[in-house]
Amino acid sequence: MIEYGAADRVKVTLTVNNESLTGYASSRMLLSDFIRHELGLTGTHVGCEHGVCGACTIQIDGRPVRSCLMLAVQAEGREIQTVEGLSDKGTLNRLQQAFRSHHALQCGFCTSGILMSMTNLLNENPTPTDDEITDILSGHLCRCTGYVGIVKAVQSLVLENIARENGENA
Amino acid sequence: MKKIADKVYVSQALERVEDSALLAGAGVFADDIAVGARTGHAAFLRSPHAHADINSIDIKTAEALDGVHAIVVGEDLRAWSRPFIVGVKQPMEHWCLAQDRVRYIGEPVAIVVAEDRYIAEDALALIEVDYTPLKAVVDPEIAILKDAPVLHEAVGSNLISERNFSYGDPEKAFRDADRIVSMKVRYPRNACTPIECFVVNADYDAAEDNYDVLANFQGPFSLLPVMALALNIPVNKLRLRTPPDSGGSFGVKQAIFPYIVALCLASRKAGRPVKWVEDRLEHLMAATSATNRVTEIEGAVTKDGELIGLCYRQLEDCGGYLRAPEPATLYRMHGNMTGAYKVQNLAIENRVVLTNKTPTGLNRGFGGPQVYFALERLMHKIAVELKLDPLEVIKRNLVEAKDMPYRTPSGALYDSGDYRKAVLEACKKGNLEALKKRRDQVRGAGGLYGIGYTAIVEPSISNMGYISTALTALEREKAGPKDGGAAMATVSVDALGSVSVTMDSTPQGQGHRTVAAQVVADVLGLKPADIRVDVTMDTAKDNWSISAGNYSSRFAGSVAGSVHLAAIEIRDKLKRMAQTSLNIAADKVSFSDGKFSDADNPDNAIQFRRLAGQAHWSPGLLPEGDVPGLRAASSWTMPELEAPDPEDRVNSSGAHGFVFDYCGVEIDRDTGRVRLDKYVTMHDAGRLLNPALVDGQVYGGFTQALGAALFEELSYTADGTFQAGSMAEYLIPTVAETPAPVILHMSSPSPFTPLGAKGVGEGNSMSTPVCLANAVADALGRDDIELPLKQSKVRDWIGIRETPPTSGGAVATPVADKDAITGRGELTIRLPVERVWDLLLDPENLEKAIPGCRELIVEGDHSYRADVSVAVGPVRGDIVALVKLSDLDPSKFLRLGGSADGPLGSSTGSGTILLTATGANGDATILHYDYSVSLSGKIAAVGGRLLGGAMKVLIKRFFERFIRIAAPETAPAGFPLFGWLENLLRAIGIKR
Repeated sequence: MIEYGAADRVKVTLTVNNESLTGYASSRMLLSDFIRHELGLTGTHVGCEHGVCGACTIQIDGRPVRSCLMLAVQAEGREIQTVEGLSDKGTLNRLQQAFRSHHALQCGFCTSGILMSMTNLLNENPTPTDDEITDILSGHLCRCTGYVGIVKAVQSLVLENIARENGENA
Repeated sequence: MKKIADKVYVSQALERVEDSALLAGAGVFADDIAVGARTGHAAFLRSPHAHADINSIDIKTAEALDGVHAIVVGEDLRAWSRPFIVGVKQPMEHWCLAQDRVRYIGEPVAIVVAEDRYIAEDALALIEVDYTPLKAVVDPEIAILKDAPVLHEAVGSNLISERNFSYGDPEKAFRDADRIVSMKVRYPRNACTPIECFVVNADYDAAEDNYDVLANFQGPFSLLPVMALALNIPVNKLRLRTPPDSGGSFGVKQAIFPYIVALCLASRKAGRPVKWVEDRLEHLMAATSATNRVTEIEGAVTKDGELIGLCYRQLEDCGGYLRAPEPATLYRMHGNMTGAYKVQNLAIENRVVLTNKTPTGLNRGFGGPQVYFALERLMHKIAVELKLDPLEVIKRNLVEAKDMPYRTPSGALYDSGDYRKAVLEACKKGNLEALKKRRDQVRGAGGLYGIGYTAIVEPSISNMGYISTALTALEREKAGPKDGGAAMATVSVDALGSVSVTMDSTPQGQGHRTVAAQVVADVLGLKPADIRVDVTMDTAKDNWSISAGNYSSRFAGSVAGSVHLAAIEIRDKLKRMAQTSLNIAADKVSFSDGKFSDADNPDNAIQFRRLAGQAHWSPGLLPEGDVPGLRAASSWTMPELEAPDPEDRVNSSGAHGFVFDYCGVEIDRDTGRVRLDKYVTMHDAGRLLNPALVDGQVYGGFTQALGAALFEELSYTADGTFQAGSMAEYLIPTVAETPAPVILHMSSPSPFTPLGAKGVGEGNSMSTPVCLANAVADALGRDDIELPLKQSKVRDWIGIRETPPTSGGAVATPVADKDAITGRGELTIRLPVERVWDLLLDPENLEKAIPGCRELIVEGDHSYRADVSVAVGPVRGDIVALVKLSDLDPSKFLRLGGSADGPLGSSTGSGTILLTATGANGDATILHYDYSVSLSGKIAAVGGRLLGGAMKVLIKRFFERFIRIAAPETAPAGFPLFGWLENLLRAIGIKR
């Protein structure tokens, strides 16, 4: 058995949503616990703690990561984005608004992780195909919506992005 | 007129008020709520056995661990609590922690309260429980046999409730029938598994002997008295609050209530607030489950397919304990056991049995999936036997629109609907003809394609008295009648005219706040954005009754109706005030555009907010009889929800929607995969309050039901070992497996609910699993369809057999215990047999070679005790393994047997090792091994998928180390995997 007490906590400094934050973690503390309970950013949710449900997905250095499968100490010095960084002073961004318009959430528990994965998908490819959306979204479990609204929300942004590209090309 | 229409918000698909916060990560879920610095964090020690006596629990070492505040065990409970009350009259005790016996894997045995959860889990590993395992029983049909192991000895049997019902003249119907069609079906165990697990914060206040709890409990609040009785306190000493947001429930979070009691007691013992967050393994293993049910169903039919008599024999499996409100799953549907059909002769035999599995409870559909699986499979079979079209058989038997409201033989009063019209419209709009053509095409090309149909009645708004149908009329008379189902809401208008609403629906993500705002906005002539709705519950302050909560799809019909009535009360008071204020006659008060005015003189008017202000600032101006302030508290129940009558007829639900579904499935002949080609679902849920939210309910319910039909099963081995402890075993549909259904609506408003609405969230849970089963039955032309429709099962039905691998590798050996993990293999070591033999018997060498081995103690002649830490993926923990070697034939053969225990579970295993000399000079050894290991507890729950991978890793590590130590000069060779020690390893490292 690994024995740790309060005294074994180490300082962890990282950048979260463009802000430098510091907290303390025991060497075995999960990053998800650290973000939620040490940094107080409770928008990242924990659903399974074995990497299947995707609710705890965040971005680290621009890549989507399950925060329940990483230790807090591994995040030292890294650049993290969480769901709290998506909206600007209470104004929903395009993806968030599309989720709202298409009833892409009900209880909202899995939504944070899905938003982070979809943000990454659209950053890397503003016009993914339906199969590409399905591929990435299948890394998340949603128990409320049947995924219909989520797919529609992302598709609506893809259509906008295509229109924009066409506009730029014209 | 158009202008007025713009202001009607009900029935519009408005965006939700809940979403801004949820999308920004600003929702407030139970685990998000900050706790004080003194709060201790709890972890549960759970039974690794399906059935065992507890001889002793030693907590000394665990208590001594730095950071541990308190440990609670079964005997602590006796001073401060009582067993939970039980819904049938039987001498059974269920406590929130096991007393002297455990009855299912995962049953709570002890609670550790520590500085943080990590330390609490460390301490779990240090608690030593001495168990005597008992024979377990898992199958309900075996559990009722005379020689079956009995769970509750005081009862003397596992059969804890039996009732027989007869309505109309079923005997005559079966005598008169042209044909009797019968079948036996089994509905499996599954659960709706919300993504957020249970959370409880409990705080005992010794000064006032009061428990203050915050938990993501969903109701029904009839469980609050159950909890208070268990805590031995009046209900007003248990204050229960719910958080603003909950991460889904679907019935499941009803089952948090034993944990609320447990955490209250933990707080009391620890002398500090205690927080507990359930993890996913705990949730899947031990939270709750829908009931599994065995049903024998018979239909008496005429030759043209009219159902004239119906008979159910239901055997309901409620798991290890009958936990409130069970056996409600069996009785929730009692009034509507005849479904959408007009048959009036009905016989029902209901038996409830206990088995060594997790206790059951609320799950979306609650009783509907089980009942309709039997009834609709029967309707399909009737068509097959009579060589009729299944759709025609359904249509021939539907309750007629002209007979609405319609009284079923067992007492339900169907409120409204035109079932035939709904069926016809669904066939047309969903293009059934095209689907039939597609079936013909696929079949013509040699494929397997089937179409399934289902027609069901979806009950909502439970009668709080239906559960008492489990008792005899005499027992009911003694206890007093139970009926009704109150819905409570308040609408308040403050001194500046802004409106606040509360209600008793404890939503779990559906968007009730949005709908309530729509309802109130319409009545008070405001915008939904002006209305603030708070759905947190505080039982110390809010209006609530036993029927409060989020279950039986009660919101739309009942709670929203109550909100509507409260708003009307406010409007009426304002009208009376306007009459005084404007000095006009009552019938001249007009209300529009947020103004009250004189119908004859629109200039004589007063703004809503000014008038509302008067109620606070100027009570002297109030009409006679009106009280100061502006707050209406409504409490509404439906008079039709009467207590069961002496003949056991009960209107079990207040509203009855209709669902008609059909689907096409194609089955892959090579893989057995069932692919859902098209799904059409027609709903008549009365008036729709927000169509977007309604469709959201249908999509979500459909997807859960698709999971139940195709993948999901809380599966157990015959000895009670649980096998679905992770989301890699319990398979929830992802987007890739979820085609969107075609959703159609009709609207026959309910005459019984204030807004004409009915529940809509549970219909597909009831209709979809059997609709897919009927389609598969049609595709394969067979009756014995069981869920879930796993590929392995479907392959068997088709007759596909796996081709055995052509060569190499460890091949599973069939043995008597089909659930054991078995294998065999061999490897070559570049050492003479004598040397290998010595190394195998050298404890020091083993200690070094076994990964994570802290100590290997020689306990006797060739028997060892090993303390090992295992950490593979999410599975980690300490294990004490006892291994004994026997039948030693030096340098040739040995047999080993052993057992292991630890927080990961328990195991027993056996194996043999055979050494053969090889190589040119006999300087190398071939080591053959085989093994068989049975596991239980946590490690079994995470199942073969993880276990297989973990074994590989550990065995590879073991051999790398064994060979490195044994023959450093020859390592590292490419080892064929495994060794006998794998077996030891298994015995030690991963067993269970």
